[in-house]
Amino acid sequence: MSEEEKKDIEDVRVGVFVCHCGSNIGGLIDCKALAEEAKSLPNVAYAEDNLYTCSENGLASIKAAIGEHDLNRVVVASCTPRTHEPLFRDCISEAGLNKYLFNFVNIRDQCTWVHQKQPEEAYKKAQDLIRMGTAKAVKLEALDIIMVNVNPSALIIGGGVAGMSAALNLSRQGFQTYLIEKEDKLGGRLNSLHKLFPHQLDASDLLDKIKNNVQKAQNLQVLTSSIVKNIDGFVGNFEVEVEQNGKNIELSVGAIIVAVGSSLFVPTDLYGYDGKKRITQFELEHKFINNDVKANNYVMIQCVGSRIAERPYCSSVCCMTALKNALIIKEKNPEANITILFRDLYTPGTEYEKYYRDAREQGVLFIKYSLDKVPIVEENNVKVFNEYMGEELILPYDLLVLSTPLVANNDNKELAQMLKVPLEANKFFLEAHVKLRPNDFATDGIYIGGSAKWPVDITEAITQGYAAAARASRVLSHESLEVDGATSYLPEHNKSLCTGCEICIKVCPFNAIIKNEEDEIEIIEALCKGCGVCAATCTNQAIVIRHFTDEQIFSEIEAFGGQ
Amino acid sequence: MSFEPRILGFLCNWCSYAGADLAGVSRIQYPPNMRVIRVMCSGRVDPKFIFHAFELGIDGVFVMGCHPGDCHYLEGNYEAITKFDMTQKFLKAINFDKRVRLDWVSASEGTRFGEVVTEFIKHIKELGPSPLNGGNPDEDILDKLKAIKLAAGSNRMRALVGREKTLLESENVYGEQIIEQRFNILMDKAIKDEFERHQVLVALEKDSNSVKDLAVELNIDPSIVLEHVITLKTRGLVDFQEIKGNTPIFMRLWVK
Repeated sequence: MSEEEKKDIEDVRVGVFVCHCGSNIGGLIDCKALAEEAKSLPNVAYAEDNLYTCSENGLASIKAAIGEHDLNRVVVASCTPRTHEPLFRDCISEAGLNKYLFNFVNIRDQCTWVHQKQPEEAYKKAQDLIRMGTAKAVKLEALDIIMVNVNPSALIIGGGVAGMSAALNLSRQGFQTYLIEKEDKLGGRLNSLHKLFPHQLDASDLLDKIKNNVQKAQNLQVLTSSIVKNIDGFVGNFEVEVEQNGKNIELSVGAIIVAVGSSLFVPTDLYGYDGKKRITQFELEHKFINNDVKANNYVMIQCVGSRIAERPYCSSVCCMTALKNALIIKEKNPEANITILFRDLYTPGTEYEKYYRDAREQGVLFIKYSLDKVPIVEENNVKVFNEYMGEELILPYDLLVLSTPLVANNDNKELAQMLKVPLEANKFFLEAHVKLRPNDFATDGIYIGGSAKWPVDITEAITQGYAAAARASRVLSHESLEVDGATSYLPEHNKSLCTGCEICIKVCPFNAIIKNEEDEIEIIEALCKGCGVCAATCTNQAIVIRHFTDEQIFSEIEAFGGQ
Repeated sequence: MSFEPRILGFLCNWCSYAGADLAGVSRIQYPPNMRVIRVMCSGRVDPKFIFHAFELGIDGVFVMGCHPGDCHYLEGNYEAITKFDMTQKFLKAINFDKRVRLDWVSASEGTRFGEVVTEFIKHIKELGPSPLNGGNPDEDILDKLKAIKLAAGSNRMRALVGREKTLLESENVYGEQIIEQRFNILMDKAIKDEFERHQVLVALEKDSNSVKDLAVELNIDPSIVLEHVITLKTRGLVDFQEIKGNTPIFMRLWVK
């Protein structure tokens, strides 16, 4: 250690705050004693215990101690950084410290709550964790607050109902909006639907209204017959290459919404599907539109190709679609015989459940089958084992309608790779968090809505289009944004260590590492998400990941192992 | 008193650390032997952290990340696998390979977190204390672990691990795609080489010595020791010191 480094460490003054969290921590272990012991740890200048460190009083106490005891690092031992780190970071930054000079020690969620019957052991664990957390705090460094400018414009990929809703919302807020659609017209799935449940609205009426609004909208540019060729950049500053009829268009946007929808499943080899006498619900709707439905005896089979090992998910729209089409048939021809063969029926909420009751009242029959005994389709009959009656029924049909799932688009993977966002097991796009961030991707500035994520009906697609737009506007409404400062970098004094092997470029999942014009490795900090894989991989250990440096992690290991 | 192992856990922020928090919220009870270091991604866990923990006498190390395909950073957990596999292969030499584990816990698997931690602690209890635990560590094992730490940190090993995924998934510069089996052979050979080579280095660090005596001390064939000494000499880590009788003596070279 150089003299300068030694001096740096000597000047480090850590304040440790041990939270009782009411009785959540204090009820099991002695927080006062923990704080008292913390005072003897290296570089700790002050320690105290609080009933609730996150309360107004607790935060005021931290700020006061920073001033009175000249603290330059703060450790809070309490609940979990996942919920409370931002609060304490703000607190110390209000007291004039760089917010990265804070370290969290988890002694509630991962200690007192999980060792409730072992108070002594829990106390020892808390001691160790505070020692480790304080050791890391000593090594923490102030980091730059990185700000990036935001281009107040958005790109929406997919001109279906979700994409159009998002585009209208953003353009009406005044953001320049680009809506691109790979087909030659807007509308997506809505183009091929006949009526919409649960009020039998004409799909074409709704589509016309929305398209009309899109046409009238200001700040909204629609590009049909267009596909995304390449995406570069980061939140606030994306550069997108779009190809329209063979010519390239460059767009600069601050946020991107993925609303690419889903595709239809063709049930080849299932239940004698032939597209004529045995068709899908979507083909039935096409027949409705062309006024081409003449049959008298209908059998519908639900969950055709879904909720099976190969495609385990529920497509969510097929139950309602079958009910809708059954009601339409009944309305035109009350004498028609309709039997719906189902495994489970999904009609959530008051409106949809009423729809189901209506269908029953109209005389639509419902027969439950199981996966072990799937219906057998013959030329003019369907044989089905009725689960409730325990016997086989033979149902004659003129038209057999298969309820098939919506499936992920074939080109999702390509787009996901361009956007650096993940797909889930069924190749739909995967959101950042199913509950906390349902319309975000983990990558900042990119959002999702509609059936791209999961099959949804029109109402839900509109809702999610608005939701994605609202999330995007959180970014677009700022002139500049703070991005996490805990990024990788190649320190000046480590540049001579770099051998130029370029392995870091390959392992970086966000294309944040490049070889620049001087043929040197350069890390684009605004693109870096701080995973630290490059630092752990760097063959000559030249790259450093801020806030989780080798030195900081070694100090934690030593504070535990060295005891 | 029964043996209570000291276990270090590296948890990724997004999945396993969140899963550990959920175990707390759900009040799932598990034994209190593990201390957690939070990292942003399991791919951040540099093998040297694990070796260092063992040097300090820690009985077991548990690395946890997101399930494959679920990584917050898309593919960081696959990088964790390649690093962990190499770490475990090296540790086999000192019979420590069962003291490390890599597993996946998602943010929604609080119960599973409790289960895997309980199981690992039980497993380490059955293995017994680390021979490096306590005031009187096994010197031979400690030397070997030192050699392992240096070997795994060598440019060659880090480059091999860093390239593993690319090599297996795409072609190299000569347009060849390497199959996993061939890569494993390559990896095993590199591990054996570098381990022995760094054993020579660690031995020379303690005392200058001849190839013949090093071979006896390390129980490695003298011709192989000679090869390693020559390689270490070209890397500038070892140099010729003197001739004793008819035997050349080599020494550790420290470069400023």
